[in-house]
Formats: sequence, C-alpha cells, structure tokens
Amino acid sequence: MIEFRAVHKRFANGTTAVHDLTLSMPAGGITVLVGSSGCGKTTTLRMINRMVEPTSGTIHVDGRDICSQDAALLRRSIGYVIQQSGLFPHRTVLDNIATVPLLLGWGRRKARTRAAELLETVGLAHDAGKRYPHQLSGGQQQRVGVARALAADPPVLLMDEPFGAVDPVVRTQLQDELLRLQKELDKTIVFVTHDIAEAIRLGDRIAVFRTGGRLVQCATPAELLARPADPFVADFLGAERGLMLLSLIPLGDLPRRPVPEGGRWELVLGPGRRPKGWRDRSAGDGDGALLPVRPLRDGDSLLSALNESVGSPCGLVVRVDTEGALTGVTSREEVHDRAGTAHASAARAASAPPEPAPRAGDHPPVADPAPASAPGTTGGAP
Amino acid sequence: MGELLMDLGAWLTSGDQWSGVDGIANRLGEHLEYSLIATVIAAAIALPTGLLIGHTGRGAFLAINLSSFGRALPTVGLIVLVFLASGLSMTPVYVSLVALAVPSIVTNTYAGMRAVDPETRDAARGQGMRAHQVLLRVEIPLALPLIMTGLRLALVQVVATATIAAYVSFGGLGRYVFDGLAQRDLVQVLGGAVLVAAVALVLDLALAALQRALFVNRPA
Repeated sequence: MIEFRAVHKRFANGTTAVHDLTLSMPAGGITVLVGSSGCGKTTTLRMINRMVEPTSGTIHVDGRDICSQDAALLRRSIGYVIQQSGLFPHRTVLDNIATVPLLLGWGRRKARTRAAELLETVGLAHDAGKRYPHQLSGGQQQRVGVARALAADPPVLLMDEPFGAVDPVVRTQLQDELLRLQKELDKTIVFVTHDIAEAIRLGDRIAVFRTGGRLVQCATPAELLARPADPFVADFLGAERGLMLLSLIPLGDLPRRPVPEGGRWELVLGPGRRPKGWRDRSAGDGDGALLPVRPLRDGDSLLSALNESVGSPCGLVVRVDTEGALTGVTSREEVHDRAGTAHASAARAASAPPEPAPRAGDHPPVADPAPASAPGTTGGAP
Repeated sequence: MGELLMDLGAWLTSGDQWSGVDGIANRLGEHLEYSLIATVIAAAIALPTGLLIGHTGRGAFLAINLSSFGRALPTVGLIVLVFLASGLSMTPVYVSLVALAVPSIVTNTYAGMRAVDPETRDAARGQGMRAHQVLLRVEIPLALPLIMTGLRLALVQVVATATIAAYVSFGGLGRYVFDGLAQRDLVQVLGGAVLVAAVALVLDLALAALQRALFVNRPA
C-alpha cells in the first residue's frame, strides 16, 4: 500500500509539479497514473522512490515513511522500470538484470542464477543473457528492463511509460505479459502512461491528472468511463469512451445459435471444428477465397463482438470454446442489444448514486457505430 | 636526396649507432621514460579533474579554458621560462610536457562523462546505486573509450615533443636532433626526427588497436 498525504512538489524554477496530492494505492493492484505531458504523473511516481523529493507532505510505503529511510536502500527495495529501458550499454543482459542483487551483496553466482531465472520469467531466450542491450530489439530491451526491476523480488514496482517507445503490436504483447506476470506475482504496481487505452487495459485503478499537478479523479476503469468527474476527464477519455466501457465487459452467456443452413454464406470449418472463414456460395463453385473470421471466446469483450459483427459479411459473430472449436453463432442484433443493456447496467453499477453525465462527455449518436448502445454512453440511468 | 636517404639508412642500421650511452637503444629508452613519466603526471592531474567536472557538471568552463591555455603555451617558451626559474633539472622538461598533455586528457575525460546518457545515469540511481557506485560502475566504464583516446592523444603529443629534453641538455631522441644541428650533421638530425616520428606512430597505432579490442562490444 502506497499512501500520499498532502504531497506538494514545487521545483526550483517555481513550477508546481504536484499540487496537494492525497491518494492511496492499494497493495497488490495496478494503479495507473494518466494525464497529458506536464501534469505531474511522472513526478508523482518518482517521489515514491525518492528520485524526486517532495516539497511538503508525506509518502508511506507499507506503513513506513519513505523519508525516514536511506534513499539508496529504499530504491533497491522498489523495482523501477523506465522508458527506453535505461539499460547499462556496457553490461551484458544478465549483468544488467543482476544489478540490484549485486548491490544487495548477494554474490555474483547467486545474482547470476537469479538473473537467468528472470530471463525466462519475462519470456526471453536463455542465450539472450550473454548479449548486450544494443543487440536486442526495443521490445526485448523493455523485457530486460522489467526483469531488472523484478530481480530482487521487490513488493512494489514503479513503471514510467515503459512501453511508450515500442510499436503498437509489441506494446500489446508487453501489456499482455505484464498482466500475466501480475497474476503470478501480485505486486503493487504504479504505472505511468499518457495512453488512456493502455490505462484502461492495465489499471485496477486509474488516477487522472491535469496540468498543474492536480489529481482530478481516481477510480476503477468502469467507474471512470461511466462517470467522469468533470468535462476535463470526459474530454481526456475521448469520443470512444462508451466503447471502451464495453471493452471491460465479457460476452459471457450471450445466447448462441446453430449456424444457419443455406443462405449466401457458409461457415467453413477446419480440423477440430475450428472456424476457417466464410465462403460466398453465390460466387460459384470451387473453393473461392474465404473471408476471414475472428472467432470469439466467452471471455472476450463485448467491444470485440461489436467489432466482429460490423466486419462479418453476414452479420453473425462466430463463437468458440476454449479449445477453439465452434460452439455457435450470435447475430449482430443480439450483440448490439446486449451491448446497450450491459453498458447501461455497468454504468449504473459504477455510479451509485446516479447523476446526469456532464455535457462534454456527450457525443452525437452518428459518431457511434452501435446505435443500440448510444443511450448508454451518456452514463447513468435516464 | 638519394644519397641522403642511403646515409640515413646506414646511420639507422649500423650496429655502433645502437649501442653505448649515445646509442639509439639508450636514447630511445630515455625518450620513452620522459614521455611516460610526463603522461602519468598529467593523467594524475587531468583524470580526477575531468571526472569531477564531468560527474558534477560544474566548473567545466573554468577547467576546460585553463587547460586549453596550457595547450596554447609554446612548449619551447615554457621550458626556457621554467629552466631560468628552477635551474638545471628535469623539472622544466616535465612541467612543459605535462602542460602539453593535460588539456587532451581533461577535455576528453569531460567529453566522455558528458556523453553518458542522462537516462542511463538516472536508471543507475533509480536501481539504488550511490553516487560513487554510479561513477565507478556506470559513468567511468561508459566514458572509458573517450578517456583512453585522451590518454593516447596526450602520449603521442608528449612523445613527439619530448625532444626538447635535449634542448636543456638531457637525453632522449632529441639528442640527435640538437647535436646534429650543432654539428651540421644532417643525417643525424634526420635520423632523430625519423625515430621520433616512428615511435609516435607505432604507439598511436598500438593503442588504437588495444582500444578497438577492449571495446568490441560497444554500440557504434
């Protein structure tokens, strides 16, 4: 548990980076600090391991005032991952990962053994350990950065835009890996990003900052999306905020039906009843090109179902079990209806007592590809 | 011209010329001794200075300008000045050679330290390194290629200039140059000059090769 009490940070040049921040970050969860640049989110993060000293106020980590501890020792007890990974270019990957264990005096052999273990944990090949950081790709470097932060098994992990410099595909992979790791390791993670989609994806709680270092709202992703505290937050969440809320709701028991016989479109199955694609029967004989299908599992989100229903040639969403075998199809209309009701109830659940949503959060229904969900996007019950 | 080269060849290869107090072997040894001692003294002054201003980022303007002043001083003028002040000793030789060597080492060490990515320095602190650990484990190793370049430059400059030891009556390869000039023995002058140039060149190439071998794993 990390607790900020009335923390203020003013830099020597007179700018206020963090203004009267009181915030607690629960243990064993990912708290995402989000906001545009210059909003004080990175300063907030760096105050936790005393890379920046607060001007006033106190910060406690697991009940201990961080200012009562030696700064170097404090930092060794807190994992720290930064953008561009900040690896040491003159040291091998293995030695980079072993940094903190060596500082803690574990001895070279034990530190190296631990480092080799972590290579595997973060999904890197064993022989990557002998290489130098510049010989790795950006994504691999970030994995090494995460491994280095985890080396001494610290309970708290600070991550400062760790995936900001990698391409979107790799970023998604790294986010997935982080969620998988977090399930396994259950750290208290503080994560800074300016990417709201990343915040929604990773955060158990999201703290939104605005210029001048003011915390505007700290809430679960669903609550934030359903009930932004003010026009600034609503603006920051953007026009797709309603859809983002759907990304948090799984398909679950959305009814599935057998694949219709006949008609223009035939669903082609591969071995193990795995859907391969849609064939256009009207396009004549032979195996004409299959239109791709992206089958959905019950854990996938309503947003992905909406997306699939829009892209499907016949308006049917294909459903599979955990093995990838066909279980049935769901129509576009059913997906849309469910999206609308689920959205409204999620909004209600996140926002008790309900309140009219702020004007700035409203967007014209034409901008929304899912008309059924439009009433829900304004949040709260009508 | 051809004759001169033939004479030079004969001078350089004659067995007599290599042995004895005035032999090439002995003069070469003296020359290297002066050069190494001067470079070591210069390094003892310049390395801590360069590391300090590079690590703290303070005092750079003063230190760089002061050491450049040393580079601008004419070596012959300096040696005469110190000679007049201190009398007959090795002091004038070392003072002028050290003044020549310090600037290359200070500026290169400083440049090496400043070239360390601030993110890397920040990461080192963030992992829990103390100031001296950041310096010893991160900054110096990363600055080392440039620091070595500074030392190499300094040594080569000193070797090329150490002939002036003979100007104030000491040994080294400069002996041949000054004695040859006094005796109007052009072959001897040329022989001394060629030897000095050869030693400087060989040292430079050898140290450059060593640097390449040491830093083979560094990013370009």
